[in-house]
Order: sequence, then structure tokens, then C-alpha cells
Amino acid sequence: MATLAPAASTHAPHRGMSMRARRLFWVWGFLALPIVFYSVIRFYPTFQSFWLSLTDWNLMNPAKFIGVANYQKLWADPEFWKVFKNTFAYLIFGMPISLLLSFVIAYYLDRVRFLHGFIRALYFLPYLTTAAAMAWVWRWFYQPPPIGFINEVLTTVGLPQQPFLRSTSQALPSIMVTAIWAGLGFQIIIFMAGLRAIPTTYYEAARIDGLGEWAILRRITLPLLKPTTVFLVVFSSIGFLRIFDQVYNMTSNDPGGPLGSTKPLVLMIYQTAFSSYAMGYAAAQTVVLFIILLCISLLQLWLLREKT
Amino acid sequence: MSATTATTPIMPFANVRPGRIIAWTLLFIGGLLMITPIVFMFSTSLKPASEVYDLRIIPATPTLENYYAVMADGRFLRWFFNSTLVACAVTVSNLFFDSLVGYTLAKFRFRGRMFVFIAILSTLMIPTEMLVIPWYLMSAQFGWLDSYWGIMFPGMMTAFGSFLMKQFFEGVPDDFLEAARIDGLNEFAIWWKVAMPLVTPALSALAIFTFLGNWTAFFWPLIVTTSPELYTLPVGLSSFAVQEAIQWERIMTGAALATIPTLVVFLLLQRYIVRGVMLAGLKG
Repeated sequence: MATLAPAASTHAPHRGMSMRARRLFWVWGFLALPIVFYSVIRFYPTFQSFWLSLTDWNLMNPAKFIGVANYQKLWADPEFWKVFKNTFAYLIFGMPISLLLSFVIAYYLDRVRFLHGFIRALYFLPYLTTAAAMAWVWRWFYQPPPIGFINEVLTTVGLPQQPFLRSTSQALPSIMVTAIWAGLGFQIIIFMAGLRAIPTTYYEAARIDGLGEWAILRRITLPLLKPTTVFLVVFSSIGFLRIFDQVYNMTSNDPGGPLGSTKPLVLMIYQTAFSSYAMGYAAAQTVVLFIILLCISLLQLWLLREKT
Repeated sequence: MSATTATTPIMPFANVRPGRIIAWTLLFIGGLLMITPIVFMFSTSLKPASEVYDLRIIPATPTLENYYAVMADGRFLRWFFNSTLVACAVTVSNLFFDSLVGYTLAKFRFRGRMFVFIAILSTLMIPTEMLVIPWYLMSAQFGWLDSYWGIMFPGMMTAFGSFLMKQFFEGVPDDFLEAARIDGLNEFAIWWKVAMPLVTPALSALAIFTFLGNWTAFFWPLIVTTSPELYTLPVGLSSFAVQEAIQWERIMTGAALATIPTLVVFLLLQRYIVRGVMLAGLKG
């Protein structure tokens, strides 16, 4: 190292500018493009969305300020409440089921030595698929016999056939299963990373103290895994609240159908904005989505701050 | 040495208990169920139309006929090219800018640093759905609708990536950077030649996430593209599947074509990807 110094140190350290000023010059040079990007592509559009939600803009006429009329309309719109209910149905069933499944799988997979990498790959593979493509595979699975795989299996086993995507009561759970399937691999990997991060000395100490498997799980593993769990609860909640790809592709002949029984908020936003071109009204819906997601994120911060 | 202490990997079956065998078997079956949709997608794509309703996994008369038919008019190749171009360009941009921002925030002390950091971090709270209408308006004004740039511009930098890179650059010792400064390197060269090589695991994690996210992206490309020549693979596949209606073997072939690249990459880089996901999930 030292041998390199003589040649390089002749470089002028101050040429009109102090070291400090030069450092600052570099800093703001590095940040210049990113600042422009975040201002123009993130912040300005955010404020614009709030503004548009207070207008009646529909692409044809210039936007006119109409106060909170869009929000009033939304409040009185029975479709919105149906969509709201659907969106939370995806969340309230999808999130706990996917989390419980992924924790149980990660917990046991973590101890498996025989073919560990192979089994882990089996669970992780679906995470790498394209949601829009796999939605069509699942849609095919759910078809009535003799096309649909699941109905064929049901028939073979002697169980009654199910309408799945054609029924107003079964379509939403059917799509939810697809979404759970798609996200499970990621959650398993994150849970496994969390489990690995727990020092083994804790377990050894607990075993010396004579704690059983169940007690170790409850008193050591779960409490120490809390940051991971909170992260996944929030991550998965946001995922289910923003569900779109699966619904759009699995019900493309009548998006969100049958009879709007599977339509989530993002699909309603998409249709309001890009099928009806009611941009102001759609902007109001995006603000509602933003507020819901914000509450979830704040909940995460609060949960993590309280005890750690 | 007695049998009870022989729990080392040398004798993997020494401490096998029935509970473990059951757990292993259930996990294995569960794993097979997880890949069932993928297996049937590939299997059906290799079947002639007459065999589609036959639920055998191995086709009786395997054929590549569906692949020829689906690829014949060049649409899929085009979408494939579009997706690759968009995902690669966005990934390169993220690797460059996210790490530049992360590095600057981690390794320099200056007025406004916290402000910039919090401002960028706060954009994590803004869902894409809230931005698409203004982006659409912006694209319409600047003529970006139906163009590669239109598909790419919203993702050129991400707060997640900047945050991830900042976390990793904080682990780079200042001494290294000081030494480079004494050697007369300018700040850009210090970042590029000294700091960047030290965070390659984080860079590969970021690359994997960004590429995968953009390769599978559906919502914004669906909105911004209208002509089939500019569709990305997921959007193209979706429109293709609607047209094919009930020709499931063709739809499965299209779905398989969209899935093959990520699966190939996964099989080649499995260890990296799993580690990358763990890394990003824990730090992010």
C-alpha cells in the first residue's frame, strides 16, 4: 500500500475548493438525479392523486374542483362496499392461513437434513413463477369436468363436483388459494432465515433446563421470531390488499365476477380509471387504498416499537 | 462412542425417530403438491389436443407441436424480447442508482442527509396503484404511452433498493475509503472501484429482486401498453389466453414459456437466490 503513495499524493488536494466543499459537491452530484426522480415520479404524482380525487376529471374535459363529492359518491356506492368486503376477505382469510402454513413448513423444514435443498426448492419454486401465467394454470385446474384437474380428482375419489370459479361463493376462496400458493415460498424462506438467526445456545440452555419441544417453541422460538413475524404479517397483508393479477386473469371474461363476487379494490380502481375513464373517482379510490395500507404500515411500526 | 451421542452428520440415520419420518414424508408430499401446477403446466404443453383431458403426467405421445404453434407468428418471441429488455434495463438502473443513493446516505455526513433519507424511505408507503393515474397522465403528455420507456420509467429507482444498499454500505469500513482518498481517487471512483466490490452479495440480491419483480410485473405494463408489439410477456400471455379461449394446451404452452426463464435462472443460481431473499428480507 505505502509504496503506491508517492506518485498518487501529488494530486492537488485543494484547487480553489476546500475538501469539505468538494465532498459536498460530490454528494449533491450523486443525489441530483435521484432527487429529481423521486420528486417527479413519486412525490408529485402522490400529491396529484390527492388533488385529482377532488376533481371530476375524466380525460375529456379539464379537471374541475368538486370538493369531496367523489368520496361521498364512493361512500354511497354499493359496489364499493362489496369490493371493500371482498378485499378484506382476501386479507382476513389469506394472510393468517398463508402465515400459519408457511411457519409450520419452515419450522419442520428447518430441521430436515435429508434432501433439505431439494424439498426447500419444491416450496420455493412457485414464488419464481409469473402470477399472470400461473393464474391461467389454476383457472384450468378449476374448470368443470372433464377439463378441470381438481374436479377430475374429486370425481375419481367419489366426491361431488364443485363449480369453483363459476360460483359466487366459491370463486373468491378459489382465487385466494392461488394467491396463497404463489406467496408461500417467499414466506417460508423468510421464516427459515428468522429461525436460523436465533442463537442455538438459547435452545441448548432451554434443553438443559428440561423444557420440552412445545415449551421451547412457545417461550423461545416464537418470541424471538417476532420481528420476522411482524414483517411477514405486514408484507402479506399488503399483498392481499393489493391483489390484482390473479383476479384479473382468472375472471377475464367478466373481471371480478361472477357478479363482482371476487372483485378487489385494485381491480375496481383499474376499471374506473381505464375502462370508464372516471379518473377523479378512481383517484379517490386510490386514496382510500393508500389510507388502508398506511394504517397497516403504522401498525407494524407500533408493534415493533412496543416490545423490542 | 455410544449410539446416543452419534448425532453428527456422519451417521444421519442414527437418531431417526418415527415423528421425524412422518414430518419428513408430510413435508415431501406438501412439496410435491406445491409444484403440481407447474408440473401439469409443462406436461399439458407437451400434449397434443386430443390428450389434454387425460390427466397423466407423462404425455402418451409427447410433442413440441404446441410450442411451434404458439411461437409461429413471432408474438411470443417479441414479448419475450420486450420483457427481457425492460427487466434488464430496469435492473441495471436500480443497481446503479440505488447503490449510489445508499452509499451516499451511508458514507457521507452532510446537512439534509436525514431529510433525503426519510423522504426516500417515505415513498415505500405510497402504493403503485395510487401513482398509476398521474403516471398515465404524464406518459400521455410526454408521448411515453406504448413505449419501452413508458413501461420502465416508474421503476428506474426504488426506495427498497436504496435502503437495502444503505444497510450494506454501512458495513464497509471507512478506512478503506480514506485509503483510496489518500491514493487520490475521486469520490465516484472510490464508490465504483472500492465500495461496490465489497457489497456484491447485496447487489446480487437486489438484482434478483428487481429482475424478478419486473419480469413478472403486470399492472403497470397492462395500463401503459396498448399495441401488442409492446406487450411484456405477462400482458401478452393474458391477451393470448383470452383469445385462445378453451385451447388449454396452447394456454399452458404460453404460460410455460413465461415461466421457463425464471426457472432456468433459479436452477442455475438457487443458492444465490435463496440467500438473496433471506438477506433482503431480513435487512429490508
